[in-house]
Amino acid sequence: MKVLRDFLDKLHPHFTEGGRFERLYPLYEAADSFIYTPGEATDGAPHVRDAMDLKRVMITVVFALIPCFFMAMWNTGYQANSAMQFAGGSVEGWRGALLGLLGYGGNPNSLFDNLLLGAAWFVPIYLVTNIVGGLWEVLFCIVRRHELNEGFLVTGSLFPLICPPTLPLWQVALGISFGVVIGKEIFGGTGKNFLNPALTGRAFLFFAYPAQISGNMVWTAVDGVSGATALAEAAEGGLQAVMAVTSWFDAFVGAIPGSMGETSTLACLFGAVVLVLSGIGSWRIMLSGLIGAVGLSAFFVLIGSSTNPMFELGPLWHLVLGGFAFGLVFMATDPVSGAMTEEGQWLYGFLIGTMCILIRVINPAFPEGMMLAILFGNVFAPVIDQMVLKFHIKRRLQHVQG
Amino acid sequence: MEHYLSLLIRSIFIENMALAFFLGMCTFLAVSKKVDTAIGLGIAVVVVQTITVPANNLIYQFLLKEGALEWLGMAETNLTFIGLICYIGVIAAIVQILEMVLDRFFPSLYNSLGIFLPLITVNCAILGGSLFMVERDYNFAESVVFGFGSGTGWALALVALAGIREKMKYADVPPGLRGLGITFMITGLMAMAFMAFSGIQL
Repeated sequence: MKVLRDFLDKLHPHFTEGGRFERLYPLYEAADSFIYTPGEATDGAPHVRDAMDLKRVMITVVFALIPCFFMAMWNTGYQANSAMQFAGGSVEGWRGALLGLLGYGGNPNSLFDNLLLGAAWFVPIYLVTNIVGGLWEVLFCIVRRHELNEGFLVTGSLFPLICPPTLPLWQVALGISFGVVIGKEIFGGTGKNFLNPALTGRAFLFFAYPAQISGNMVWTAVDGVSGATALAEAAEGGLQAVMAVTSWFDAFVGAIPGSMGETSTLACLFGAVVLVLSGIGSWRIMLSGLIGAVGLSAFFVLIGSSTNPMFELGPLWHLVLGGFAFGLVFMATDPVSGAMTEEGQWLYGFLIGTMCILIRVINPAFPEGMMLAILFGNVFAPVIDQMVLKFHIKRRLQHVQG
Repeated sequence: MEHYLSLLIRSIFIENMALAFFLGMCTFLAVSKKVDTAIGLGIAVVVVQTITVPANNLIYQFLLKEGALEWLGMAETNLTFIGLICYIGVIAAIVQILEMVLDRFFPSLYNSLGIFLPLITVNCAILGGSLFMVERDYNFAESVVFGFGSGTGWALALVALAGIREKMKYADVPPGLRGLGITFMITGLMAMAFMAFSGIQL
């Protein structure tokens, strides 16, 4: 390891002021602090001494996402293999050639075959996201002379997980560009944005190219095979239509069509435990979001509707279908774009939970509502915080004056 | 009753004056630096909107609409071509009256609103509300609900924007985008979040 340290130290003068690569300092700094804990301390007051620095926060989130990565690949492969077994067809293009070399058998019951096929779809999207997004990040670092931030690790992990497997790669590049540049960098980078960058990118794609990110054709990575998401089925035929395509347990584990990483509530639960235990994700937001969603969907079941079949989908189903669990655990709890005060977090989580169910049930235009519900929550989070702060100030003034 | 309730929800969220129609942008962008003033202006807009839309509705129903002057014996007259000038006149007059009333009876509120009250006259969300009312042929009760709802929706968006802009104090926006530029961006992103409501049929 000493060799590496010496090598980095030897390069250091070239990147400091007056060096040949002065402008590329953020790159050097990123590589150095990625490998070693930086020795610098904050020079201005106030100081916070904590082992939990930005790097560790972001790495923990990525760690919490590992089961979701695994399920994303497995389920993408499982859906495609099942569809091919049922309807025929084979893996085409370079994926087919590559998988043939690796001994792929096309059996939906084989863990290996599912993971392999899933990886053939997931990995390209993941790579494009991180390369394109990373390039923007580096460009902004160099031009604006701030340090390369670990925040992108999380955005770059979340974004591929909320894409459908068949999303064209150029759209992946476009989406993450929008998310990183407009959603984050124009505000000054990590910690200064007000919307979740990954969701901003996805929402942009969602409204700009709806054909490739919604509907029934995009969720299974086999040409011409239509597989509606369970929520789309529910919007058509209510509870019975959902029961016809999947069982509750399958939906819970994640063996249903959907965006790659969001289908498995089980994997999200693991992430939730990690985030709550490490104190990164706010349990208040998760709990109040859960309460909001369960409460409102139970209310809808109770009042019922003769024209809208979504009304009969109960709370238990709402929690395991679509992106609710993933969004609530990983995106609503984003410490930058979410509410920061404790009371505010209750309100903010509740707003997201209810908005999500509201969009799913009341809005026929979108079968899934978690993405827009979180963005909506992000928009109101600063005002909620402000109100909470004002309330506190008022209450304490009473103590002083009284 | 249900009809009015759905009209209220529609005018606040689905057809939000600021974020779905982008009306009243000048005040929206200019007076959103602080949450407190935004709340003040928001309340003023709600009040003015709730008064002017029904007032213009009466003028439209009983003076301008084709056949409206039947009570004068002029059944054929159609005065809708002077509609625009009438509505803006009514708005200006009502804002003026409101200003005087506030000055006389609620001086503290009058002082905190300051320049925003006269500014409301030229806020296109207000005129837009009256024109939508005419276009959609609302009756009097509907126009009261619509006036209140559209004003509330606009105020809500304004307060949310002000909250975000106060948070933006900590942001490090590139020099060329500071001020109005980034505010336009924020408005666009907010409108994207408000797309959550588009498509709801009530």
